[in-house]
Amino acid sequence: MFVFIRSLHISFLALAALAIASAADSPRGVISSAILATPETRQIEIISSLAGEGDDSIKALLTAWKEDALFLYEPTPGHPVPVQLTGEKDANDTQAAVRVDNGQVLTDAGGRLLRLAGSDLTAVDHTPALRRAMKSVLDLIDLGSPSRTKRLQAIQTIGFSQDADKIPPLEKRLQVETDPTIIRALREAVAVTRLKSPDAAIQLNALGELGKLHSLSSYDLIRTAMRDATKAGKPAVADSAKAVLKVIDEHRAMINFYGTIFRGVSLGSILLIVAIGLAVTFGLMGVINMAHGEMIAVGAYTTYLVENIFGGGITIPCFGLSLSLPGFHAAGWFQQSYFLFALPLSFLAAALVGIGLERSVIRFLYRRPLESLLATWGVSLLLQQFFKLMFGSNNVQVSSPGYLSGNWTINDILFGWSRVFVIGFAGLIVLGVWLVLSKTSLGLLIRAVMQNRNMASCMGVRTERVNMLTFGLGSGLAGLAGAFLSQIGNVGPSLGQNYIVDCFMTVVVGGVGNLLGTIISAFGIGLVDQSLQQILLNPVVGKIVVLVGIIFFLQWRPAGIFVTRSRNLDD
Amino acid sequence: MTRTTPPSTTGGPSRRHRGEIGAVAVIALFFLVVFPLLNAHGVVSNFTINLWGKYLCYALLAISVDLLWGYTGLLSLGQALFFSLGGYMFGMYLMRMIGDLGQYHQPIPDFLVFLGWTALPRFWEPFSSFPFALAMVFLLPGLLALVFGFLAFRSRIKGVYFSILTQALTYGASLMFFRNDLLMGGNNGFTDFKFVVGHDLREASTQRGLFIVTAAVLLAVYVGLRLLSHTKFGLVQRAIRDGENRVLFSGYATAHFKLFIFVVAALIAGVAGALYVPQVGIINPSEMDPRKSLEAVVWCAVGGRGTLVGPILGAIGVNALQSWATVGGTAEYWLVILGGLFVFFVLCLPGGIVSLPQRLSFLWRKAKPAPAPAQTPAAAAADPASESS
Repeated sequence: MFVFIRSLHISFLALAALAIASAADSPRGVISSAILATPETRQIEIISSLAGEGDDSIKALLTAWKEDALFLYEPTPGHPVPVQLTGEKDANDTQAAVRVDNGQVLTDAGGRLLRLAGSDLTAVDHTPALRRAMKSVLDLIDLGSPSRTKRLQAIQTIGFSQDADKIPPLEKRLQVETDPTIIRALREAVAVTRLKSPDAAIQLNALGELGKLHSLSSYDLIRTAMRDATKAGKPAVADSAKAVLKVIDEHRAMINFYGTIFRGVSLGSILLIVAIGLAVTFGLMGVINMAHGEMIAVGAYTTYLVENIFGGGITIPCFGLSLSLPGFHAAGWFQQSYFLFALPLSFLAAALVGIGLERSVIRFLYRRPLESLLATWGVSLLLQQFFKLMFGSNNVQVSSPGYLSGNWTINDILFGWSRVFVIGFAGLIVLGVWLVLSKTSLGLLIRAVMQNRNMASCMGVRTERVNMLTFGLGSGLAGLAGAFLSQIGNVGPSLGQNYIVDCFMTVVVGGVGNLLGTIISAFGIGLVDQSLQQILLNPVVGKIVVLVGIIFFLQWRPAGIFVTRSRNLDD
Repeated sequence: MTRTTPPSTTGGPSRRHRGEIGAVAVIALFFLVVFPLLNAHGVVSNFTINLWGKYLCYALLAISVDLLWGYTGLLSLGQALFFSLGGYMFGMYLMRMIGDLGQYHQPIPDFLVFLGWTALPRFWEPFSSFPFALAMVFLLPGLLALVFGFLAFRSRIKGVYFSILTQALTYGASLMFFRNDLLMGGNNGFTDFKFVVGHDLREASTQRGLFIVTAAVLLAVYVGLRLLSHTKFGLVQRAIRDGENRVLFSGYATAHFKLFIFVVAALIAGVAGALYVPQVGIINPSEMDPRKSLEAVVWCAVGGRGTLVGPILGAIGVNALQSWATVGGTAEYWLVILGGLFVFFVLCLPGGIVSLPQRLSFLWRKAKPAPAPAQTPAAAAADPASESS
């Protein structure tokens, strides 16, 4: 309070208003006293004292006042009580009345509910000057709003308006605010507003503050201030503004740098998620599964079904039969948790389709890799058509859980939760695959068969069965990727086609038969892709450059980052 | 191993050879002379001859795939790229021939007007000349194949890696051609052609002429490759397919052989594209879809890889089936048919349609109660399923 009084815009009026505000404490009380006060200047003082308060009742009461919905009720002549009429009108045109000063329902002496008719009472008056005062209070009302985002928005709007009259309420708010983000926004808003001050010392001070805050949003305003200062012949201010702009530029470059790294890592994670299944089927087994993309789509459609079954049920145009599936009509956290159920189901669905594919087509083609490429491409066409007939040829939408929208901002660098989720998901999957391959007996068998099929077979390993399970594992991982992709984009019959080239690139660059290579190449491609986008400002050209880069990379290392060495002539 | 190198037993080869020459001559005569004559007299409709012209272009594309896949063991998924590059080069010439008859009545192609150009970009200028465009039809695909092939074969990229890399190349190129600022028509590509070397493309006689040229090119390619496959070069080529390392150890620079074949295949695909564009009347980047390359591989597999007749039969057969299947209400099932066809041929009939007679006679002989032991190895050798690929 003391700081406030000392501030630049100190005035007797504000002081008087404060005294009243503290006397009648609650905002309702203040408004009530404002209604009863005379003359008009006094009323304006009292209303203005509400500036920066965030109580919901202020907005409701002031709006009601402006709209002639507040009345004066005089139980004893000379002692009017301001009331607000609410509720349904009954036959006598009367309504329940609420006292403005304490929000209680009006009762008579005997404690019975009192009903009043608007036409019997005098409406509370308002003049243009009063309405202006109310408006400036309402403008600032979000400043005290309990909602964090509303507050932040209000502060930014006020800051950009650069209205010197708004500084006192901002500073008043600064005293009580505890949220660091909002404190920063408040300081920024105050400094930006002071930038407009005619006093060069204040301007310099404000510029120093903005430089300290690395204020990106006020960049244009600072530039305007610099131009104005040059015109007005204030070289000190202009130079300082220039220096601050440079600081902000550097800050922006830093944000872009880390932002690019973050986006690159998250793109790399997406590549890793979609390619890790392929790293198992292609990398470990040597099967070129062109239907890998469709395994991803199987997972995505499974998630779509699970989501709708948790929700309101669904009707799918299943082969023209219009199949209806009932839903649980779950709500709240249970509905939000559908994804946890969708994950294992997607894995299972894709794994089953994969095992079916392995049993029916691929097992005949283990010695003919090029032909397995062709046959699985045929299968991918079949599956795409199957999706079209089953779910319709249009894309379907899977609503992503609420916790995926939103972001963290650390030092102005935006960390979207969905991207953080991507990275975490990729980490979990890699961990899971590593555990399966190195810690389970299935993993042991898989590695044995992949290293030397004949020898493993001689040792009594049922290689056929291991093949089947390995292919199931790879396809299941693709299904998980599909469940994941459904959270960040649309699901359609050609979902898999968008990723198949990327998948193969990632695995080939990483080196066949090595999961670590796939991980490194996924992150490498992701980082290079995002950096090129940042440099070339064109995603398509960036992508072409990446493809050409991969071709040249394979010149240097034809078998990828990690080479599996063998003494076999034709390996 | 395959029918293109008949086993050197007594009498057989020369008789078969003569039979083959006769059959090719008869079919060539039919397509080069009889079919166009029938069209000129109204027996065969203009639509049919146009359609068959398209099939023959596809047959050329399929032969180029087979030259790589069936004969050399290189599964290239980039043939659609060379096909469209040839098409684009010829399309540029056709666009120049429109003159100012376009929608905007400007001396430059419509899409350039649409993009705000008032004068022709420099690299478009020479395409007004037919010989230059024709040279580019050969040069661009040839050079690209030379550079890419050199890089790929030098570092011994082979098998599946080669397929995936060529697919990536095609994908990258299609992304590039989809962009408007390449000044190649963006995703609409080129269309609305009017004239080719002074002839109106809407005239039946022009289309007939194009058909005859296509058939003649196909015949020339067939004969040329047939002769090539009988030289020592052809033998090395097939040896590379069956065991590249062994050929390498025998002192052959396999990379050079492969590079030569890759460039030849690209040239054939480029010419096929150049012939395709005036007959179909449109070229756009969707022709570069990796899927198109795979379709060409399907034709090859269905007809019979490792033979020259196979791809021609496959291309015509599958496309005729497609024309038939997509006319009625069954258009959406075409993908199912194509996919199913593919799975079936790869799994059950790896030798394609061409191997069908031998398969049947083999089965028939097996079914006969008195087996002739001498025939079993021959039949086994003729069975492409036993080939290592």
